[in-house]
Amino acid sequence: MSKYSIHLLVCGGTSCHSAESDVVVCNLRDEIEAKGLSDKVQVITTGCFGFCGKGPIVKVMPDNIIYVQVKPEDAQTIVEEHVVKGRKVERLLYRDPKSNEIIGDSKHMSVFKKQLRIVLRNCGVINPENIDEYIARDGYQALGKALTEMKPEQVIKVVKDSGQRGRGGAGFPTGLKWEIASKNKADQKYVVCNADEGDPGAFMDRSVLEGDPHSVLEAMAICGYSIGASEGLIYVRAEYPMAIHRLKIAINQAHEYGLLGKDILGTGFNFDITLRYGAGAFVCGEETALIHSMEGLRGEPTIKPPFPAQSGYLGKPTNVNNVETFAAIPVIILKGAEWFSKIGTEKSKGTKVFALAGKINNVGLIEVPMGTTLREIIFQIGGGIRNGKKFKAVQTGGPSGGCLTEKHLDMPIDFDNLIAAGSMMGSGGMIVMDEDNCMVSVAKFFLDFTVDESCGKCAPCRIGNKRLHELLARICDGKGIPEDLDRLRNMSQVIKDTSLCGLGQSSPNPVLSTLDNFMNEYEAHVKDKKCPAGECKNLMEYVINAENCVGCTACARVCPVNAISGQRKEVHHIDPAICIKCGACKEKCKFDAIFIR
Amino acid sequence: MSTIKIELRNEDVAKIKEICTSFKNDPQELINVLHSCQEHFGYLPAEVQEVVSGELGVPVAKVYGVVTFYSFFTMTPKGKHPISICLGTACYVRGAEKVLDEFKKELGLNVGQVTKDNKFSLSSLRCVGACGLAPVVLVGEKTYGRVAPDDVRNILKEYE
Amino acid sequence: METIKLTIDNKEVEVPNGTTIQKAAKKLGIDIPILCYMELKDMNIENKPGGCRICVVEVQKRRNLAPSCSTNCEEGMVVLTHTPRVLNARRTVMEFILSDHPKDCLVCAKSGNCELQSMAHRLGIRDIPGQEYAAMSTYRKDFSPSIIRDLDKCIMCRRCETMCNTVQTVGALSAVNRGFMAAVAPAFEQNLEFSTCTYCGQCVAVCPTGALTEVNHVPNVLRALADPTKTVIVQTAPAVRAALGEMFGMKPGTLVTGKMVTALRSLGFDYIFDTDFAADLTIMEEGTELLDRLNRHLKGDKTARMPILTSCCPGWVNFFEEYFPDLKEVPSTAKSPQQMFGAIAKTYFADKIKVDRKDLVVVSIMPCLAKKYECQREEFSTEGNRDVDFSISTRELGEFIKQANIDLNNLQEGEFDDPLGESTGAGVIFGTTGGVIEAAVRTAYELQTGKKLERLDFTELRGFEGVRSATIDFNGLPINIGIAHGLGNARKLLDDVRSGKSQFHAIEVMACPGGCIGGGGQPLHHGDSEIIKARAAAIYAEDKSKPIRKSHENPFIIKLYKEFLGKPNSEKAHHLLHTKYFDKKKKIIVKQ
Repeated sequence: MSKYSIHLLVCGGTSCHSAESDVVVCNLRDEIEAKGLSDKVQVITTGCFGFCGKGPIVKVMPDNIIYVQVKPEDAQTIVEEHVVKGRKVERLLYRDPKSNEIIGDSKHMSVFKKQLRIVLRNCGVINPENIDEYIARDGYQALGKALTEMKPEQVIKVVKDSGQRGRGGAGFPTGLKWEIASKNKADQKYVVCNADEGDPGAFMDRSVLEGDPHSVLEAMAICGYSIGASEGLIYVRAEYPMAIHRLKIAINQAHEYGLLGKDILGTGFNFDITLRYGAGAFVCGEETALIHSMEGLRGEPTIKPPFPAQSGYLGKPTNVNNVETFAAIPVIILKGAEWFSKIGTEKSKGTKVFALAGKINNVGLIEVPMGTTLREIIFQIGGGIRNGKKFKAVQTGGPSGGCLTEKHLDMPIDFDNLIAAGSMMGSGGMIVMDEDNCMVSVAKFFLDFTVDESCGKCAPCRIGNKRLHELLARICDGKGIPEDLDRLRNMSQVIKDTSLCGLGQSSPNPVLSTLDNFMNEYEAHVKDKKCPAGECKNLMEYVINAENCVGCTACARVCPVNAISGQRKEVHHIDPAICIKCGACKEKCKFDAIFIR
Repeated sequence: MSTIKIELRNEDVAKIKEICTSFKNDPQELINVLHSCQEHFGYLPAEVQEVVSGELGVPVAKVYGVVTFYSFFTMTPKGKHPISICLGTACYVRGAEKVLDEFKKELGLNVGQVTKDNKFSLSSLRCVGACGLAPVVLVGEKTYGRVAPDDVRNILKEYE
Repeated sequence: METIKLTIDNKEVEVPNGTTIQKAAKKLGIDIPILCYMELKDMNIENKPGGCRICVVEVQKRRNLAPSCSTNCEEGMVVLTHTPRVLNARRTVMEFILSDHPKDCLVCAKSGNCELQSMAHRLGIRDIPGQEYAAMSTYRKDFSPSIIRDLDKCIMCRRCETMCNTVQTVGALSAVNRGFMAAVAPAFEQNLEFSTCTYCGQCVAVCPTGALTEVNHVPNVLRALADPTKTVIVQTAPAVRAALGEMFGMKPGTLVTGKMVTALRSLGFDYIFDTDFAADLTIMEEGTELLDRLNRHLKGDKTARMPILTSCCPGWVNFFEEYFPDLKEVPSTAKSPQQMFGAIAKTYFADKIKVDRKDLVVVSIMPCLAKKYECQREEFSTEGNRDVDFSISTRELGEFIKQANIDLNNLQEGEFDDPLGESTGAGVIFGTTGGVIEAAVRTAYELQTGKKLERLDFTELRGFEGVRSATIDFNGLPINIGIAHGLGNARKLLDDVRSGKSQFHAIEVMACPGGCIGGGGQPLHHGDSEIIKARAAAIYAEDKSKPIRKSHENPFIIKLYKEFLGKPNSEKAHHLLHTKYFDKKKKIIVKQ
């Protein structure tokens, strides 16, 4: 990277790309060429910076200045002002939502301050389509070290000692998994990378694949070496075209460099990686379902044991880890187990990537040491709640997780604490909710997802979740009765207790955790027929405040069902029997005379 | 048991066979084959599944079982401009449902339907991973971020 | 073998490694309820999706309840099968299942014989909470010539899917859709008629609920019986007599031949005949064809294809027409006994009693559902009048007898009528796997060698192994015989025939595991393969008790040839008793 004095790093992750970051790149290049700076300034498309809510992101190195929400037409200004004249473009700098302070240097931004990037070490730093940049940052050194200096069992020991646990959701110790797979004798074994990231609201796997694909390839080869497998498969969502594109490039480049294929680094070790595409089934995140899907079948889970490590893909011992788990492996091998195990909590080592979304200021991807508190994540890194609203809950672990509240804010986050609190790590989605979110509706939303994604194989998940969803919908519609709450809890517990796979076993978590933490909201729905958050349509009533109403008739004219009556210049009235609660009148009223009761 | 006539054009059959051959007619590659077929035909009509079944030696009932299992596969053709509304959690909490309702109203469609002139089709999907832009709407390849119900009419106008 | 010790409900038990909790509990006399699981042990058939979750038990140190049907015992395991947690879970799951199941038990074909109904009863379910507003998964009903599919009643036990795919390799059924709308159905949720279904009926035989049932032809038969202008005759297949008694509380394997005849007579049939007679006729035709082909083959005639395949099983015929149409010249052209009977009844016998074939109604009692389809095949009717008008299953007959308030237990033994009621032991054993070929060997041997057989029990051809083979010495000429029951096993032999690897001279195929005694129309075995074995024993016992045990010695067969057909494989015999097969493989029609 020495030839150039200035680097412009432009985020090419899905979020920024969707906001035309590719056009920003073109425009920047055009401008630089027009100014004759092509040999001094390089524009690089990188992976995700994790600052998705403010994308597209352009980072100027070595100044460490981050520009946010850059539009294609801003390219000219950035080049003319910053590159040529060395002046920061103030209007494109990040503004702290609380202090309103303008912060240019990424080191001083709270969103980055608390982070420790191991998995995301290269995301937003290197050009993911160039293997040389990965190698320049110690890439493939771990593979070399493992192949030439370590025996397979030594590799496994390092991974075991590091204390790393699977980042896919359940938190099974990675080294132990490898060890089991290595001990099962077979003529062929497989290494599978689970990149079927299905949690709505979680996108760390995608970001790693898009931003640093080689880290996964390298780790898979290391795993293959340690368990005795020569074939690897990546099961990746078809909905991630950019990740697929970059993986293909990366695999080809690794082949050209002799880092995949036959006789890797002249050690006689063979390892190859092929891609298999998911086709839209959340349940395929479950490893047995994933394996069936890779075999061209319906992605239905089967009972364990046998575990994939005993009988997996094509009936052979198969080690399945997810993207994030793999991405940390090369670093663990290079820096050692002790280094890794010093990060995190007693039983959860290392860092965890979280996808922050929802009613939070800094939407994006962050990586923090295990044990960081929710408060630090939401209020420091995440910049707090949008529009100054009040924090209500955060859903961790996606649809399988649960809602945590105010009282959990200072709990150090790790696998075990989350489970103890009735939620789970899941893949690391964090959806933040504010006072406007009705928790019954939130539970209903997650159940809607589960009902959609249940494979239908076992009765409790197939039918039970449908019944849960029905009951929640009735409660939101104001048709619930107090006894329903007991039924909700019983059904939830039985579904958890009896379902075949992890999907069903965790699907009632949103119901149970909201029952535990927001009983008052449920009771308001079933007893008072009120939705405290004002989200459930059938439990709201639009009312005109006689004091504010001037009788302008605007509301009556906009009402689609003629529910509003009243003479000009007289107080109007909404007939609740006719009103469909579309909210058009409230929006139209200039005098704040319409409110929801 | 009665013989069903499957009507496909010669070049369609050839294309499906070519796709299957490129995956070595391996039944394990069924999902990849279906992906390629859907990419080519836009959807997976029964006829296509019949030919795939024959080529890979997988019973057509099983092919259909796979097609109906995965939400990515569809047996109905999409409109010229397929509209997908992300209903992932991040989009949901930021009001994606209202945006979907607006599209339904504007187009007079339900999810999974196509307009009479085959111009637009409406579908919902789970998280495209652009949570930073929530709520997100995709029209064909183009992504619209931070869409409000009021934007719907303008988005549709672009395709008139 | 390695054994494991564990405790179930505080009782210690020792079982071989690999035993499931369910089976270990059984050893202790603890009967954990199971629903979706099914095993036909001797036939190597197991359905173990672990889907219904009724059989869950508490296993100490496990977070969740474990399905006992599919969880293997481990050393030192502590299992509790009826804690309040378990009982509550079982009940709630059962309520879930019932909440998505129609409540029309009053008119359901499986009522009284429904595993779901029994389970609801056993678990004491009296109420389904939230039923008033519980959405149901509903589907279009499908009426095919043999089978009715009512997926509203499907509980996703996947037994039918296992039978259709793993056992029969027919591949007509698959799990389709996802989640709440998941069900087992043919491709595109089309009717079975448009699928690769062979109507073997094994799906019906294992369905625990009313989701898969046979088309009921009893009302049609009743109407014919009530019509004074019709002469109604009935033929009963060999396997029926070995199973019908089960529907009246008799022990499996009880032979009810005579009582069945009496029952049929009291139901009002004009003549009670025996399909066994037609089975003897089949042996004459098929055996002659075999010898003809064999001898031409031995002389080097390349047009004489070996092996010859039996063709009396309609499910099997449907199977090769669908999957092996290129081999359609290989099976014997002999019609099945049912259709031979019909052809003779509506010509020879109709003439004899001077009744127009249009006024003669031929009813068959079959262990089979494919027979319903077979008798509806176009080639088996003359000017729109079928040779066999209606085929009803053993189950339908049992219900018919009950409707007429006849208790089979208390009936006198009756006798079949002449001339189409006389049969030999060879005809009887058609009902079990290996029986057709054994009957054929008895006749072919004597016709080929001109010698008398010293021993008639070819035990080497018997048994329940899926694929069997034996070489029979035809006086110095070794004849290689293959036997397959279950279409998946048949496929293996057929693949060899197709690739030219097959060394057999003759192959017997039965579509159903166990042969006709395990047919899709038999009383439900509910997964107990002992029942099928008992039926086979009954069949062989009947054979043994017959004075004549070789088809060519049946005096009425000899008479039939003398009076009517001439010789086996004569022109007339060919016209009436032989058929041809069709290519039913799906075609891709290319649009220009």
